[in-house]
Amino acid sequence: MPKKKSPPITEAWRGITFTRRALVVGGAQAAVGVALAARMAYISVVDNDRYVLESESNRVNLTLVPPRRGWIVDRHGKALANNRVSLRIDLIPDRLHNKEMILGQLQTLLRLDGDAMERINRDLKAASGFQPVAVKEDMTEAEYSSILVRLPELPGIAPQRGFARNYPTGAAVGHLIGYVGAPNAEEYQKVKDPLYITPGYKIGKDGLEKYFQEMLKGEPGARRVEVTARGKVVRDLSTQPDMQGKTVHLTIDAGLQEYVARRMGRESGAAVVIDCHNGDILAFVSMPSFDPNSFSDGISTSEYAWLRADDHQPLINKATRGLYPPGSTLKPMAAIAAIEHGVDPSERHTCIGGYRLGNRFFRCLGTHGSLDMPSAIMKSCNSYFYWLAHRLGYDAMAPTARLLGLGEEFRLAGSNQRYGTIPDSAWKMRKYDQRWTASDSLNAVIGQGYVSVNPLQLAVMAARIASGRSLYPRLVNRQFRNEPLPFSPEALAVARQGMDLVVNGAGTAVRSRLPLDGITMAGKTGTAQVRGLRTGNGQSGTWKFRDHGLFVGFAPVVNPRYATGIVIEHGMGGSRAAAPVARDFMTYLFDREKGMEALETLEAGWGGSIKERMDRDYAAWKSGASSDPDPGVPQ
Amino acid sequence: MIPVPPAIQRIPWKLIAILAGITGFGLLVLYSAAGGSWSPWAWQQGVRFLVFLGVALVIGRFPIRIFEDFAYIAYIGVLVLLLAVELLGFVGGGSQRWLNLGIINLQPSELMKVTIVIALARFYAQLPPGNTRTFTALWPALVMIGLPAGLVMLQPDLGTALAISIGGVVVMFVAGLPFWWFGSTAAAGIAALPIFFSFLHDYQQKRVLIFLDPESDPLGAGYHISQSKIAIGSGGIGGKGFLNGSQSHLDYLPEGHTDFIFATMAEEWGLIGGLALLFGFFLLLRWSTRVALKARTRFGQLTAAGLTMTIFFYIAINLMMVMGLAPVVGIPLPLFSYGGSSMLTIMTCVGIILAIENDSKTGSRRFH
Repeated sequence: MPKKKSPPITEAWRGITFTRRALVVGGAQAAVGVALAARMAYISVVDNDRYVLESESNRVNLTLVPPRRGWIVDRHGKALANNRVSLRIDLIPDRLHNKEMILGQLQTLLRLDGDAMERINRDLKAASGFQPVAVKEDMTEAEYSSILVRLPELPGIAPQRGFARNYPTGAAVGHLIGYVGAPNAEEYQKVKDPLYITPGYKIGKDGLEKYFQEMLKGEPGARRVEVTARGKVVRDLSTQPDMQGKTVHLTIDAGLQEYVARRMGRESGAAVVIDCHNGDILAFVSMPSFDPNSFSDGISTSEYAWLRADDHQPLINKATRGLYPPGSTLKPMAAIAAIEHGVDPSERHTCIGGYRLGNRFFRCLGTHGSLDMPSAIMKSCNSYFYWLAHRLGYDAMAPTARLLGLGEEFRLAGSNQRYGTIPDSAWKMRKYDQRWTASDSLNAVIGQGYVSVNPLQLAVMAARIASGRSLYPRLVNRQFRNEPLPFSPEALAVARQGMDLVVNGAGTAVRSRLPLDGITMAGKTGTAQVRGLRTGNGQSGTWKFRDHGLFVGFAPVVNPRYATGIVIEHGMGGSRAAAPVARDFMTYLFDREKGMEALETLEAGWGGSIKERMDRDYAAWKSGASSDPDPGVPQ
Repeated sequence: MIPVPPAIQRIPWKLIAILAGITGFGLLVLYSAAGGSWSPWAWQQGVRFLVFLGVALVIGRFPIRIFEDFAYIAYIGVLVLLLAVELLGFVGGGSQRWLNLGIINLQPSELMKVTIVIALARFYAQLPPGNTRTFTALWPALVMIGLPAGLVMLQPDLGTALAISIGGVVVMFVAGLPFWWFGSTAAAGIAALPIFFSFLHDYQQKRVLIFLDPESDPLGAGYHISQSKIAIGSGGIGGKGFLNGSQSHLDYLPEGHTDFIFATMAEEWGLIGGLALLFGFFLLLRWSTRVALKARTRFGQLTAAGLTMTIFFYIAINLMMVMGLAPVVGIPLPLFSYGGSSMLTIMTCVGIILAIENDSKTGSRRFH
């Protein structure tokens, strides 16, 4: 303790000290008072703008109203994808004061199962603030009103009358249109649009829905309401309506699209129908398919597992992603190539049941005797074309194939294509570093070996042969020049004549003649081997080792209007599986009633419409999957 | 000129005007906070004010001797009550701050804010002047402050413990204890803050941390401070207008009628209302400081100075809290916030200071 000389402490000194110190204390208090006044002035004057904003954002709750998605319509304006009213309930995490009680109530009122509760809890954990969490979509009016009447006791619950995507023809347009779904975290990170985390907002996830997303999405509306801290809406301030997305017009004929999809029946395959006047794709079908309505509502794990487990591969778009050996469907093309290279179509070759190339004998399916070019097409005689291929080499034919659209990747809206192979000697050298052999030519000319195409290309080929122009396939109204093909009219005429004979002469598809007066169809069947020539005959046995059935065709024969390419996987033959499908939908195109009659008879035999069959199959799979301990083993 | 009767002259009209002005303003804010209704708060608060004003005026008539004579007894009595609360809380489990006396809930820690000042004032009034700079002047005061402050900390009620300590320390300061004692204690105190911090309850630690960074938890414990600042800041200079405060009316501001009533007021009345209220408090404190300076006895001086500090501490801590300058400690704004306990304490303080003022008018100054 520092000892310093201090004055004697007296009462007087004490009095003076008190006064001094009381003034010090008073001064300090005044200083604090001034500081508080300054602080208040700072908050309320300098920071005023910021706090006014924060106060407003407290008071006013801005709810985004997801825009109605634009429609996707067919060439006649009929909806392929539209919207339907959807009643939904969301949770606002910030306003949820008694989470357990509210969730418990919702669970009983809406009969939510364990899966749903788990998802809601997970979403609630991930969500923050006022970002709503979906509880249930597509509720019935009864469920919705049961929540509405209890709303005052359920703070944090936001009922909403929204819209959901609807595909009237369901699975028939699955691979054409694609589907929509709620944006995932990565998609949100990319755009940072608050709309992306608004429940009920869906973006295109596949197919045309994805391709035309920007056009279809529209502009969100907004609802401004004054709310209390507990989320009670005091009053509406203003509402800005949403702007519906633009309509996408397709070249598709909705009726035909659905007809073709239904006509595929229980088969796995694809069919494309093209307008021979302008390249419009009228039908674009791959079956079996998925129901895009299921995806848009958020597909269940088990339904997705069911689709994946199906050996008919409903998740793969076979029209552009399926590659097949085209088989004999390429013979009209080979005929055009031969005539272009100077072969006289009336020149005859004698089929002796095969063709000898060196010490190998290439078999024909029959012994056709002496044939000219049209009858060789009609009979689908391999020997004749072996002879042509041996004589000209495939390098002479490959350019013709490419001119007809084979091996080409088309600029087609929303499609993801595998475009296959039209081989030639340069290709083989590049790919395998081997020389092209005569036997390669022989295999290629009957559409086996290295050749592979997709059904869309087959349809384009048919359309180009029928029209004589290089029609470019299109799903929306885009202009292409569609110039005439550089083939002589004679070459095209021979190919068409051969195809006419296939159906209307003594050819392979006479059973698929159109049941119409004055309208005939021309075509070419194809049977593509799945396994090598020596293993089995491909006409029986395990489904997945059976031959593919293919058909290309156009109708009417005179002034062709419609062209098609069809592949029926493991259908065992073009005339057996593919040509009848073409016959029925061509009939439908010219006489809708007659076509429908044929279809309804068939569907009765298959066990109902696509939806009925899918529902039944799914139910059967589910009960099998739940009872069978090892669903992976095929029965 | 009509001669004013002495009985009316003796009534401290100016003081009543200040108190009524502050409280009346508070009633308007309570009326608005209730959504434009006198019930449940404003009406009750008004009646309470009238009753307590009467009590204060009656206390003001007491001879100052009485306070001095009963200082120690009152101190011991309140200390026993504090102990009782602590024991009851121990039995009942959890934190206990009041005794249920049937009619009212008595909060002994509130009483201690007043009695600690009176008891210390008496101690220093009796202390021989020569001992002022000795250890004898120090340790009894420290014990007298330490016991109740410790008990209140156990409740746990950090705000009230601080209020008790500040009241006592200011009495020690104005009593003339060596200046450097306070300086070095303050320095040591700042150095020991981290240790002190570790003794706090979890929720108290959290409050302090959130005070330091309110944005870290804007929806949790930082919510109070954030919303309070939004209310004050959005009021601007002139306020949003009477009955137009969205922060309080839409329940964003928690405790808008008690601890955060200043924010409720500032939202509707703006900076002008805030400055007016500060001016009202300034007048009150100026009055009590003048009473301290003019007091006739040393006991009166020390008591008035200490009680002035007690009132000031309420105001300062509350305002710092609502403006985000202090942690949320749960101290109401005197006369303004809805609630009986704090008004009783403040009006008792006012009554005692009034008694000191009356005393100084009656006789010659004496210091012993």
